[in-house]
Amino acid sequence: MVGEINVKDVVQTFIQPDGSTLTALDHVNLNVKAGSFVSFIGPSGCGKTTLLRLIAGLTKPASGEITLDGEKIDGPHYERGLVFQNPTLFPWLSIYDNVAFGLKARKIYKDKKQEVSEYLSLVGLENFASSYPHQLSGGMAQRASLARALIGHPKVLLLDEPLGALDAFTRMNMQDELLRIRSEKSMTMIMVTHDVDEALYLSDKIVVMSPRPAKIEDIIDVKMFRPRQRNNPEFLRLRSQILKTLHYAGNEPEQEYVI
Amino acid sequence: MVIKKWLPALASAAAILIQLLIASNGNHPQADADYYLYVSIAGGVIALMCAAASHLHKGFDKIWSFKAPFWTGVIVFFAILDILTEKFCILPAIYFPSPSRIFGAMVSDHALLAKCLGYSARLLLTGFFGGAIVGILTGIAVGFSKAADYWISPIIRILGPIPSTAWIPLVLISFPSAVSASAFLIGLAVWFPTTVMTSSGIKNISNSLFEVSSTLGAGYFYRIFKVGVPSAMPSMFIGLFNGVCSSFITLMTAEMIGAKYGIGWYVNWQKEMMSYSNVYAGLIIIAVLCSLLITLLFKVRDKVLVWQKGVIKW
Ligand SMILES: Nc1ncnc2c1ncn2[C@@H]1O[C@H](COP(=O)(O)OP(=O)(O)O)[C@@H](O)[C@H]1O
Ligand SMILES: [Mg+2]
Repeated sequence: MVGEINVKDVVQTFIQPDGSTLTALDHVNLNVKAGSFVSFIGPSGCGKTTLLRLIAGLTKPASGEITLDGEKIDGPHYERGLVFQNPTLFPWLSIYDNVAFGLKARKIYKDKKQEVSEYLSLVGLENFASSYPHQLSGGMAQRASLARALIGHPKVLLLDEPLGALDAFTRMNMQDELLRIRSEKSMTMIMVTHDVDEALYLSDKIVVMSPRPAKIEDIIDVKMFRPRQRNNPEFLRLRSQILKTLHYAGNEPEQEYVI
Repeated sequence: MVIKKWLPALASAAAILIQLLIASNGNHPQADADYYLYVSIAGGVIALMCAAASHLHKGFDKIWSFKAPFWTGVIVFFAILDILTEKFCILPAIYFPSPSRIFGAMVSDHALLAKCLGYSARLLLTGFFGGAIVGILTGIAVGFSKAADYWISPIIRILGPIPSTAWIPLVLISFPSAVSASAFLIGLAVWFPTTVMTSSGIKNISNSLFEVSSTLGAGYFYRIFKVGVPSAMPSMFIGLFNGVCSSFITLMTAEMIGAKYGIGWYVNWQKEMMSYSNVYAGLIIIAVLCSLLITLLFKVRDKVLVWQKGVIKW
C-alpha cells in the first residue's frame, strides 16, 4: 500500500495586511495511514484548508515538513490530487476535456484515452461528455472535478469541503460514491468537512482541530462497519463526543430559546 | 408578424414613388443620371426576393425577420435625405449632396475607388494582424512575467494615450516607405488595446485554476498556454474589437502621409476639393469595410468562445 502522509511539527504563518503575523498552524503532527479515510473537522478559519494546501504542495510550511511515503513534499504533483470546495472546472473545456486535462498535461492521453469515458461513467456523467461546465448543476460539476482528480490515479486524494455546497440528497449520494470509489481504486483520502455526521459516516479517523492557531485537539478512531447507519448508538455516541470537543475547543454555544 | 418581412420592400416602393412623383428642386445640383432611382429599384427587388424567400425557408426567415427593420431604417434614411436635398433643397447643397449624387460619385469614380479600396485593405490588414499578433504576445508576456510587467507596463501607459498623428514625423524618418510607416501606425493603434486587454485578462484569472492544473501535473508552459491563454480569450477579443475601431480611425491619419491611393486618402483629397458627394461615397465604403471586419471577428469569436454561450453576454 502506498499513500502514507506524515506531518511533522508543521508551523504555518501568514503576514496579514496590517503587517502582523498570523499563526495558522502551530506545531501540527499527524500520521495518515496508507489507504485510510481521514477527516479534518474544526471551526471555520482554524487552518484546515491551510493544512490541506501544504499537503498538496501549493504552499510551503514556515517550518517542519510533510512527507508522502517517506519523501518530502516539495511542490504540487499529480500523485496528490485535489478537489476544491467549488468545482473549479476549466470553463472553456468540455466535461470530457476537463477530465482528460491531467492525462494531456502529462502527455499520456494517447495511451489512456479509454480511461476518460471510464471515469466519466464512474461519476455518472457519461451522457454529459460534450457539455460545458456552465451547463451542469453544482453536484454534477463537483462530480466532474472528482473524476478529473481521480483519473491521474493519485496516491492521495485531498478533498476540501467538496460537498459543502450541495443539497442534502446529492450530498449523501456523493458520500456513498466516494466510499465506492475508494474501495474500487485503493487510495488515501483526506477530507476537510465541517459536518460531523459526514465525517463519522466516511472516516476511519477524525482529526478534531482547535480554533486558531490550529492544534490537533483530538483524534478519533471510528471502527464501525460499513455501510454505517446514521442512527446507530455508536454513531450517536461519537457524534456527541466530537461536538463536545468542538465546543470545548471553541466557545460555548450561545443558548437559544425558541418559543 | 408577416408585415415585418415586407417592410423593406414597402419602404423601397415608397422611396421610388417619392422620386417619381415629386419634382426635383432646381437649386440642388442634379446628378448626371437617376442613380438613386436605380439603387432603389435594385434594393426593392432584392427586398421582395428576401421577403418571398423567408416564407419558403425557416432558417432564412429568422435572419430576415431580425434584419428587416434595420434595412427599412436604411431605406427610410436615404428617402428622407432625398426629400431634404434633391426634392426640396432644405439642407445646404454643398455639404449635403443628394443620394443620387453620392451613388453617382461611386459610379463615376468606381475604378479609382476600387483601387483605393485595395490599397486600404492591404494596409489595414497588415497593420491590424501585425498589431494584433504582437499585442497578444506582449499581453501574454506582461500577464505572466513580472519582469515584462515591470518594463513594458510603463511603456504602455506612456505610449497608449498618444494619438497616432503625433508619431507621423518620427515614423516618416524611421521607415523606408510611406506604406510601411502607415502600416506601423495602424499596428500601433491595434497593439495598444490588445496588449492591455490580454494582460488584464490574464491577471484576472482565478488563481485556483492554475493551482488545480498544477496538481493535475501541468508544467509552467502548459499552464500558460492551456490555462492562461484560453481563459484570457474573452478579454483578448474585447481588445481586438477596440483594435478594429482604432485601426479604422488611424487609417485616415496614416493615409495622409504620402499615400498615393487609399480610401482615407481619397476622402481627404475630396474634402479639400469640397466635393462632398465623393467624400460620402468614400465614407460609406469605409463603414461597410469596417462592419465587414467586425462581423468576421464576431464569427471567429463565436467559434472560439462557444463555451461562453450563456455565461457572459456582451
Ligand atoms: N494566503 C493567506 N494569507 C493570509 N492569511 C491566510 C491565508 N490563507 C489563510 N489565511 C488565514 O489562515 C487562517 C486559516 O485559514 P483556513 O486554513 O482557510 O481555514 P479553514 O479551517 O476554514 O479552512 C484564517 O484565519 C485565514 O484568514
Ligand atoms: Mg477552508
